[in-house]
Amino acid sequence: MDIFVSGLLLAGTYALIAMGLNLQYGVARIMNLANGEMIVLGALAAFWSFTAYQISPLVTLLVAVPLSFFGNWLIYKILLRPLVRRAKSQGQLEVDSILATFGISFALVGIMVSIHGAYFTYSFLANPIEILGTTVAQNRLVAFLIAVVIGACLFLWLRHTRSGTAVRAVAVNAESARLVGINVDRVSALTFALGGAIATAGGVLISTFITLDASIGVIFTMKALIIVIMGGVGDIRGAIIAALILGIVETAVATLVDPGLTLVAAYFIFLLVLLFRPQGLFGRRSV
Amino acid sequence: MIRRTLLKVCASTAMAAAVGLTMTLGAHAADTVKIGAVAPKTGPLAGGAVVTQWPNVELWVKQVNARGGLKLKDGQKKIELIEYDDKTNPAEHIKAVQRLATQDKVDFIVAPFGTGFNIAAAPIYAKYGYPQIAVSAISDKIEELTQRYPNLFFTLGTTTSFAEGVRDILVKMKNDGKIGNKIAMVNVADAFGIELADAARPLFKEAGFEIVYDKSYPLGTPDLSPVMKGAKASNPDAFVAWSYPPDTFALAEQAIIENLDVKAYYSAVATCFPAFGGKFGSKINGVLGAGGVNVSSDKMQAYRAAHKEITGKDADYWASANTYVSLQILEQAIEGVGSLDKEAVTQYIKDNTFDTIMGDIKFENQFSNKFWTVGQWQDGVFHGVSSVNVDGALPVIAKGGWN
Amino acid sequence: MEARWVGPVVGAVLFIVAALVPYVADGYWMSIAVTIAMYTALATSWALFSGPTHYISLASGAFFGIGGYLVATAMSDYQLSFWLMLFIAPIVSAVVAALIGFATLRLSGVYFVIFTLGLAEMIRNLVSWVQNNFLGSRGLYVLTDFTEDHIYWMLLAVCLAIFLFGWWLSRNRLGFALKIIGNDEEVAKHVGINTALSKVILFTTTGFFGALVGVIIAPRYSYIEPNQVFSPELSFLVVIMALLGGAHRLWGPLVGVIPFTLIWEAITISFPNSTTLFLGIAFLLIVYFIPNGFAGLIEKYWSRMRA
Repeated sequence: MDIFVSGLLLAGTYALIAMGLNLQYGVARIMNLANGEMIVLGALAAFWSFTAYQISPLVTLLVAVPLSFFGNWLIYKILLRPLVRRAKSQGQLEVDSILATFGISFALVGIMVSIHGAYFTYSFLANPIEILGTTVAQNRLVAFLIAVVIGACLFLWLRHTRSGTAVRAVAVNAESARLVGINVDRVSALTFALGGAIATAGGVLISTFITLDASIGVIFTMKALIIVIMGGVGDIRGAIIAALILGIVETAVATLVDPGLTLVAAYFIFLLVLLFRPQGLFGRRSV
Repeated sequence: MIRRTLLKVCASTAMAAAVGLTMTLGAHAADTVKIGAVAPKTGPLAGGAVVTQWPNVELWVKQVNARGGLKLKDGQKKIELIEYDDKTNPAEHIKAVQRLATQDKVDFIVAPFGTGFNIAAAPIYAKYGYPQIAVSAISDKIEELTQRYPNLFFTLGTTTSFAEGVRDILVKMKNDGKIGNKIAMVNVADAFGIELADAARPLFKEAGFEIVYDKSYPLGTPDLSPVMKGAKASNPDAFVAWSYPPDTFALAEQAIIENLDVKAYYSAVATCFPAFGGKFGSKINGVLGAGGVNVSSDKMQAYRAAHKEITGKDADYWASANTYVSLQILEQAIEGVGSLDKEAVTQYIKDNTFDTIMGDIKFENQFSNKFWTVGQWQDGVFHGVSSVNVDGALPVIAKGGWN
Repeated sequence: MEARWVGPVVGAVLFIVAALVPYVADGYWMSIAVTIAMYTALATSWALFSGPTHYISLASGAFFGIGGYLVATAMSDYQLSFWLMLFIAPIVSAVVAALIGFATLRLSGVYFVIFTLGLAEMIRNLVSWVQNNFLGSRGLYVLTDFTEDHIYWMLLAVCLAIFLFGWWLSRNRLGFALKIIGNDEEVAKHVGINTALSKVILFTTTGFFGALVGVIIAPRYSYIEPNQVFSPELSFLVVIMALLGGAHRLWGPLVGVIPFTLIWEAITISFPNSTTLFLGIAFLLIVYFIPNGFAGLIEKYWSRMRA
């Protein structure tokens, strides 16, 4: 039971990290290496407003998410759209977006270091709460619940609304989507912005229980990429299932085998998934 | 059109490079003492360096310049500081030190931050004859290293002495009847954590302790709750973590959540950071950690006040003071020699005793055997409770819950 | 002189010039030269595999780490000699690369990218765990009497080996097979090329050379932390430099590494307090204004000059 509850909460964290990237990569076709920095940026905002003005991270969330949405929309419009336009193939765009977003991530790290170079650490809801006989931290529980809400909203939006369907259409095939009258450029920009906003929300929440610093983003980017690829690009369910698997496997290995092997186990699972389902758990076989 | 912009970009980058190179070459003014400093401002170690290393460099340079500069035979000279970010990358570090030595032609260099960086840079310091007063470097190979590099000095202690410090405290608490003999030990599976756990294991066993939980966790583990749950389930009397900064915070948080009931709780690096106390407040009263200072000494109080005033930050309760001490030693050696002769200054460091904020410091075989090993949070301050040859240790207290 | 000999002759001359660098450069320029030689070796061997196959491998950090880590463990804990490890570590790494290659090279594109990215982390975690639980360690020291000059010459020799290998490859069956695979894997299969084997062989050589560079660099770091040698940043930098130069030419990565290192250095010097910020901006400028890499740029102007 311990394993299940703790694993579930960890899965919530992973889902927060990965859902944004899943949208960005699946729909806007940008392999965003600056995803981790968006997370750290959220953490920095939460840390700064909490320590300087005692503002609750949950309030910060309300301010930071729209800001991040707008900021990411600008990043897409100004920095990434030219690359999308000039790319002759998906491979070319992948290479260009790796290079460009790597540059963006460096620039963001540079900016954050100049704001606060030391660790972002503070205490928020760091109290125990009992669930199904397991002691967990309240801040992790809050993050998990919000992750569930975000995931559910995304899922319902993508499934059951007109705009959500347009997004899925672009994810499946941008060319065909254009033919049926979808403004692919607009959809891509908004999805990219939404992905960034979700990453920032994740960062705000994660900062309540993980100590971050300005340079730590790459760790999150790597984890997010693994979850996205494992789940299948462009399907939000995949990212959530993959996050669940990783969360529970890591917790189980840490508890039953050895905490030293948690990350090894995570990569091993990832390898197995790739070997037996190369397109990811929910991915479509490419044609 | 595009081609023209492109050419412009290339040309201007090349220009920037050329200007950058010549500017620093040309600016050699003989009326200042040039001091170089290379340490991380970004990368994994930056979070530690901006607390422990950089503020002290800033503080020292400002203080020396405020009193008119370094007193040399040919008059007083102010310090000109040249700093580079090594991005926590040894190759970058080596390049930057080479640059300081051969292009900027600095007179002295502040020793690097981190064990690996001090050792990686030692051959360059040796080659150009700079004294290297290493602070944040803990090693069990000090003898071999100092023989190899005649201008390398160590000030913070050895790996084994840190493990011994913890053992001594635990033995004392056991003899006083405060704790039993069961220890839960965890460590971060990276160089420093593995070395310390390896040194501690036999020491604890020889002292009659039973290690009931002994696990490592990877660097960058996002969730340490399974580790803490495992440690708790082993029902220990004492908890020891050979941890790095992000996990030091995470372990304490999990211990509070799980209400880990031990009378002795130790975590290694960053337990002494003011941010640690700031985060957990009174809950961490009685937590043990690596380092310590004697806050009641007048000199130390003056130092901490100046640190706060000039850098705007609180000094940490361990290596901040040692870092400042290393700069005081450098300062006194330069003034003692009265010139910028690196060889003479190195010799002066070997031969003399220095009056610092940590008391008198003297090197024996390039090693200052005077340092704190264990400190403890008591009433909002991290006091030294165990040391090698430093005065002012407070008696250790048993941890009474996480409130 | 026949046109096909121009390249090798120019290369030989450049190599001799490069070998003489330690006699004129001071410590600082040597440290830049070592950096250039190191990344040239890594990026060129990367491009030998990734150029023709279009697989972006982020495994450089893993191979480099295997080399650095093995030499450090062997020297500090088992008193084995550096030269023995210079021989053993690359072979171990090549075997690892071959195993990974067989397992993953049937993955396409992005899946391979992410897998190799995780690889360095996985190996780092695994070796740290093994060392922590079974071997123990009092610190991994690689103390030798090598100077930067020695390390530079060793790296240069590795570069030479890689260039010769690449040159040989360009004029034999395997290289030709890879080109076809890169253009169209289906066609390659139809004309009877064992595509999987060809890719694995090339990936194995990348692993071999990566570890070789790791072993040679280890004495420069002197004290090895798994965290430092299994560096994801290294993997990214290798890819970026190679792409910046151009992965479709043997000499492409070289013309990426040199300007990249110099720009990097200029920024480090000019903006000591916001190096990372300006590096990021420089990356962006490069992506936007030099889309086909320096090799593309050079070829364009070269052909115009001749026209």
